Amino acid sequence: MAVKAAGRASSRNHDNPIPKPELIQLLTPEGELTPHPDYPLELSVDEIKSLYRDLVLVRRIDFEAIALQRKGELGIWASLLGQEAAQVGSGRALEPRDMAFPTYREHGVAWCRGLDPVKLLELFRGVNFGGWDPREHNFHLYTIVIGAQTLHATGYAMGIQRDGAVGGEDGEAVIAYFGDGATSQGDVNESFIWASVNNAPIVFFCQNNQWAISAPLEKQTRVPLYQRAQGFGFPGLRVDGNDVLACLAVTRKALQAAREGQGPTMIEAYTYRMGAHTTTDDPTRYRLSAELESWKLKDPIERVRQYLIRPGLAKEDFFAAVNAEADEIGARIRQACETMPDPEPLSMFDHVYAEPNALVAAEREQAAAYISSFMTEDGAR
Amino acid sequence: MTVLTLSRALNEGLRKAMENDPKVLIMGEDVGKLGGVFRVTDGLQKDFGEDRVMDTPLAESGIVGTAIGLALRGYRPVCEIQFDGFIFPAFDQIVSQLAKMPYRSGGVVKLPIVIRVPFGGGIGAVEHHSESPEVFFVHTSGLRVISCGDPADGYAMIQQAISSDDPVLFFEPKRRYWDKTEVDLAGGVAAALPMDRARTLASGTDVTVLCYGPMVRTCMEAAAAAESEGRSIEVIDLRSLSPLDTETIFASVRKTGRCVVVHEAPVTAGLGAEIAARVTQECFYHLEAPVLRVGGYSTPYPPARIEEHYLPDLDRVLDAVDRAFAY
Repeated sequence: MAVKAAGRASSRNHDNPIPKPELIQLLTPEGELTPHPDYPLELSVDEIKSLYRDLVLVRRIDFEAIALQRKGELGIWASLLGQEAAQVGSGRALEPRDMAFPTYREHGVAWCRGLDPVKLLELFRGVNFGGWDPREHNFHLYTIVIGAQTLHATGYAMGIQRDGAVGGEDGEAVIAYFGDGATSQGDVNESFIWASVNNAPIVFFCQNNQWAISAPLEKQTRVPLYQRAQGFGFPGLRVDGNDVLACLAVTRKALQAAREGQGPTMIEAYTYRMGAHTTTDDPTRYRLSAELESWKLKDPIERVRQYLIRPGLAKEDFFAAVNAEADEIGARIRQACETMPDPEPLSMFDHVYAEPNALVAAEREQAAAYISSFMTEDGAR
Repeated sequence: MTVLTLSRALNEGLRKAMENDPKVLIMGEDVGKLGGVFRVTDGLQKDFGEDRVMDTPLAESGIVGTAIGLALRGYRPVCEIQFDGFIFPAFDQIVSQLAKMPYRSGGVVKLPIVIRVPFGGGIGAVEHHSESPEVFFVHTSGLRVISCGDPADGYAMIQQAISSDDPVLFFEPKRRYWDKTEVDLAGGVAAALPMDRARTLASGTDVTVLCYGPMVRTCMEAAAAAESEGRSIEVIDLRSLSPLDTETIFASVRKTGRCVVVHEAPVTAGLGAEIAARVTQECFYHLEAPVLRVGGYSTPYPPARIEEHYLPDLDRVLDAVDRAFAY
C-alpha cells in the first residue's frame, strides 16, 4: 500500500543529496559555439554542413515513415524526432570498422552506417524482421526487447579483445545504444558489469529522451543516469543530446579510449522524444504540452542552421539543395514502400535453422500442400 | 577404448573440440579454476587459458547474452548453466535472442552456441537443483535440444553440438555424471551416430519404451527385469528432443504396438504428450493400447527426502508396461 510514499521519498532526498549534473555542450540552442577544454573539436565548415545535411535528411526519412504509417503502408513506426543530433553525432563518430548495436529507433545511426532507409521500412511494414547483413555496414539488426542488445554488444567487444584488435592503431570499438527505460533492465546492468570486469572496448550510448512510453524518467531512476557508471567502475558523462557537435566530440573520445584499451564509457545523451513512442501511442494522455514546447527551443537542427546562417557560412542555395535532396529521398522511399512486395508465405519456413531440420521441412511440405489446395487451375490463389 | 565417467567423457569431448577449433570458448560460473561444480571443465582453463575458459560474473542472462555477441564475432561459445533451475534468468536471451536472431536476420547470422545444462533430480539437492526444464526449449523454434544418456554419447554428442551451426541446448543427466562406460577416444566423431538420431539400445517385440538422459539407465534396468518375466521391451534413447527422430520412433511402435514414454519432467505438456500425439496420429492402426506416460507429477520438484517417490524408477516403468498390456 502507498503509505506515506511522499514522506519516504522526500526524506531520502534530504539525507542523500544528488549532485547537480554537468551537461557537456559545444553549440548552444542559439547556435553559439562554446568550446570545451576536454572535448576539442576541429571541424571544417564543410564537415558541419555535412552534419546539417545528415540531420535534415534523417528527420525527413522519419517524417515520411510516419506519413506512410498513417496511409496504412507501414504497420508501425518508432519516430526519432528530436533525437537526430544524438544519433548523427554518435553515428558519425564511428569508424567503419567499429560495430554498432541499435535499438529499434536508431534510424539516424542506420543512416550514418550507410544503410538504405528502405531496409528500415521493410521491418516496420512487416515484410521481414531486419533484412540487412549486419557485417556489411557493421550495424547490427534492430533489437526490440529492451536492453537485450547491450549484452550482445558487450560480448562482441570481448570478441574484439580475443582477436587482439584493441590497443593497436587499427583498434576496434563497439557502441551499444539504449534508452532511459532500458537502464532499469537487468541485461543493461549485467552488460555494465561484464564490460567493466573485462575492460571491454565499448561505449554505452544512452539516449535519455525522458520518456519510456508513458513512464517519465523519475520512474526509472533517483540519480542522473550517467552517474550510475561510476558504481560499475567506468566513467560516465552527460552530453547535450540535441547538440550534434558535442555528441560527436564526446563519442569520438570515448570510442578512441575504448579502441586504445581503456575500457568502457557511458554517455548519457540528454534529449527529448518530441513525438509519440510509436505511431500507436498518444502522449497527450500522459505529458504536458508545455514540456514539449520548451524542448522545441532546443531543436537539434535549428541550432546548426543558426550557426551556419548568421556569419554567412552557408547561403540559401545550400539549404535549398539539402531540402531538394530530402524531397528526392522522400519520394524514393515512398515509392519503394508502396511497391514493396509481400514475401511468399512459405518463406516463413526459411532460416529457422542453419542446418537441415526434419520437423520444419515436414511442416513446410504440409503447408505447401494445404496452400496449393486453394489454387485454381491457372495457379492463382 | 577407455573406461570413463560421463563427467570425464564430456571433459574429453570439450578438450577435443577446443583443440580442433581455436574459436571454441567455454564460459560460465566456476568453470575455470574450480573446473565446474561437476568437474566437467576440469583442467581446461589451465591448458587453454583464461581467454578461452572464462569464469563469468554470476548472472545467467549475461552469460548467454555475451555468448551471442561472441558468436556474432565468429566465436563458438559453450556456456554452462550451473544447475537446471538457474536457466530461467537467461530465458529471454535464449528464447527471444538466441533462438530467433538467425531467423530475424534471414539466415545471414549464425549462432553456433552450445548451452550445457546439468539437469534432473536424484542427488538429494535443495530447491532449483533437480529440475527438468527441457520442454520449454523444445517448444521454441530455432533451438536444437539434445541429451546424452551415457559417457560414450556424451563424448561424441558434445563435439557434434559444438560443430553444429545451430544453437544447441545440451542437457546432461547430472545424477549419471559418475556412471562409467567404454569411450572410444581415438575414433573420430564423424563415425558417431548423428546427434539428431535416436538410438535403439535394446531390441524388443512387446512394447517400445522411449526415454532420454537420466531415464536411459532406469529403462534399461526395467527392460532387463521384464525379460525375466517374459516381456520383451524395446528401449530407445531419444537423444534428440528437438527435432524428434520420429522415423525411428514410429518404426518401433509399428513393430511392438505399444508405447511408453519416460521422463523426469512433469507429464503435463511434457515431451511425452508431444510424442503420444504424434504416435497416435501416425501409428493409430498399429496400437494395441494408448501411449502411456511415466514422469514427474504436476507439482513443483519436491524436497529431497521424498524425491524418490516423485522420480520415475524401475517399478513405475514396469507398472506402465503392465498397464499397456491390460488393454
